[in-house]
Amino acid sequence: MKTKDTLKIAVEGLTTHKSRTMLTILGIVIGIASIMLVMSIGQSAQNLILGQIQSFGPTLVSVHPGRRPQSLAGFTGVLFNDSLKQRDVDTLAQKTNVPDAVRIAPYVFTSTPVSFGSESYTTFVMGSSQDVFNSFHLDVAQGVALTDSDVASRSSVAVIGQKLANELFGANNPIGQNIKVKNKNFRVIGVLAPKGQMVSLNWDEIVLTPYSSLQQYVLGIHYFNEISVEASSLATVPTVIADITRVLRQNHNITDPTKDDFYIQTQEDAANTVSSITDILTLLLTSVAAISLVVGGIGIMNIMLVSVTERTREIGLRKSLGATDKNILVQFLTEAIMLTLAGGIIGIILGTSLGLAITYMIDKFGGLSFPYSFSLSGAILGVIVSSVIGLAFGIFPARQASQKSPIEALRYE
Amino acid sequence: MEKLIEVKNLTKVYEEGDSKTFAVDDISLTIDRGEFVSIVGPSGSGKSTLMHILGCLDRPTSGKYFFNGKEINSYSDEELAKIRNKEIGFVFQAFNLLPRLSVMENVMMPLVYAGIPESKRLTQCERAVDLVGLHDREKYQTAKLSGGQKQRVAIARAIVNEPAIIFADEPTGNLDSKSGAVVLEFLQKLNKEGHTIVIVTHETYVAESARRIISIKDGKIESDMKVEHQRIVSKDALIK
Ligand SMILES: Nc1ncnc2c1ncn2[C@@H]1O[C@H](COP(=O)(O)OP(=O)(O)OP(=O)(O)O)[C@@H](O)[C@H]1O
Ligand SMILES: [Mg+2]
Repeated sequence: MKTKDTLKIAVEGLTTHKSRTMLTILGIVIGIASIMLVMSIGQSAQNLILGQIQSFGPTLVSVHPGRRPQSLAGFTGVLFNDSLKQRDVDTLAQKTNVPDAVRIAPYVFTSTPVSFGSESYTTFVMGSSQDVFNSFHLDVAQGVALTDSDVASRSSVAVIGQKLANELFGANNPIGQNIKVKNKNFRVIGVLAPKGQMVSLNWDEIVLTPYSSLQQYVLGIHYFNEISVEASSLATVPTVIADITRVLRQNHNITDPTKDDFYIQTQEDAANTVSSITDILTLLLTSVAAISLVVGGIGIMNIMLVSVTERTREIGLRKSLGATDKNILVQFLTEAIMLTLAGGIIGIILGTSLGLAITYMIDKFGGLSFPYSFSLSGAILGVIVSSVIGLAFGIFPARQASQKSPIEALRYE
Repeated sequence: MEKLIEVKNLTKVYEEGDSKTFAVDDISLTIDRGEFVSIVGPSGSGKSTLMHILGCLDRPTSGKYFFNGKEINSYSDEELAKIRNKEIGFVFQAFNLLPRLSVMENVMMPLVYAGIPESKRLTQCERAVDLVGLHDREKYQTAKLSGGQKQRVAIARAIVNEPAIIFADEPTGNLDSKSGAVVLEFLQKLNKEGHTIVIVTHETYVAESARRIISIKDGKIESDMKVEHQRIVSKDALIK
């Protein structure tokens, strides 16, 4: 028997009950569409975040206090660990200690209410050196940037984000005004050019102060939340990491590497962390969608069984005219796979359209640049999974059909 | 004459609960190539059961069946399917056409399973359809045909593969006497062309169209006789 004939007979079988066929594949359509949707939105989100991390510059290495967090919750430990001190910054800054470092910048941060007059706004306050402007390519739209002398003299000055400036001052000029950061006065000396969101950081709402002032007046601490080190090139990143590790272990009198009270992260690490988180989320949502595929598959099996019973006489007739068990098996399997594959393809189209619509909405109304990324792996997976479902749930009815004895089948009423 | 079919001590037993039915009970017979045989007998005597076994649609409970000199019991299901496809044409009592398909598509089915290329299929089909006089109904869905036309489609399907033997179970049972005559005339024509024909029937005049009559009762052969004067179905009885 020729493949073309098998396909033709299968199409005939399926088109006899058009509305039934449509309803049967609905489960598969929904399942594949959701998988497609989850995977492409997940992919878009991941691309967005990774793109931003990449924009930080791949040569940036960040040193964090405490143990390397093993879970998401572990990140909060960073804020309360006091292992990174001024002495560490000073030793790392010595050219002989870390020769391939071109920039060392310590950071402290907190989230606290910032107010001017009656306007109050809880936002992210970052204490840094003047290097923050170079590291993150920040431009000052109005006024001036922070300088190292501001750090040295612990001046109560601040550079604020564009949006925060609007929130607190409206149309008025913020330069020279005193804002309160947790009840301490800071004089606004500059406003950043709009920069937007970067991962979890919104530069347009930020308050930048000299780290020394934030440590002393607001936080009352003598340690840092992070030290950022920029390597001279991508190639020297490993050397820089090794040097930092050596220097800090020496400073902290650590001989056993498992007892490190700091950890070093590259942008690649950060990207990997984000990838693994979005991957897990995508996987989780995909498995939920997969359940609907199983349900859809059972629907297919059910309808195929009905179809086999309805067509018992047809099966008997075909066998009496020379169809082998295998011919019948292949024919019903082909029908099942055609059903699920059609469902899969419609699902892919539907999922893609929904994905496009959603990303368009986010882009348009969410104010976030969120390009749609077609998930090729989702599409391929959809095609494979739907065929496999057809095969898996079609084989039982198809076997039932093929094993009917011709005369018994013909006698069926 | 060359033996086409030979059965020895053929038995088919149906067990339904405690009761055993010997639908075919120890039948031995031989059918030569080119014969035209009719099987007659009362209802429930086992005619259809015998015919299904002879047509390789069913397997006997015991006994030997040689088709073309080869023992059928030793064949696998797949090999039997091939014999059904190539050597045997079956005309069912209930037509057994697929109503949604056209005349051509119905007639073509054995050729599809034989894997015959499409162009060759068409010519073979057209010949068979022409032979039964349904040329102008080729594209019709068989659901829309009259009873006699359906029966002729069933015959066209049975002969399309040029089988060695054609079995027809009550080929005239559903038809009025005129349509029945048309069918019988075809069968006689096919027999003249050399096809072996076996029909099952209730009616004497149908049985006498054959050249040999086997009567069956309670699964056993009661008599097996040559027909002295084969009843030639008159052309005048034909309807068009
Ligand atoms: N599948 C079956 N299961 C049980 N008994 C059966 C089966 N098929 C046939 N029989 C029995 O076998 C006997 C012969 O049946 P068969 O159909 O061969 O008769 P028949 O001679 O063709 O009768 P009719 O002229 O009415 O068609 C009957 O008694 C019938 O009840
Ligand atoms: Mg019968």
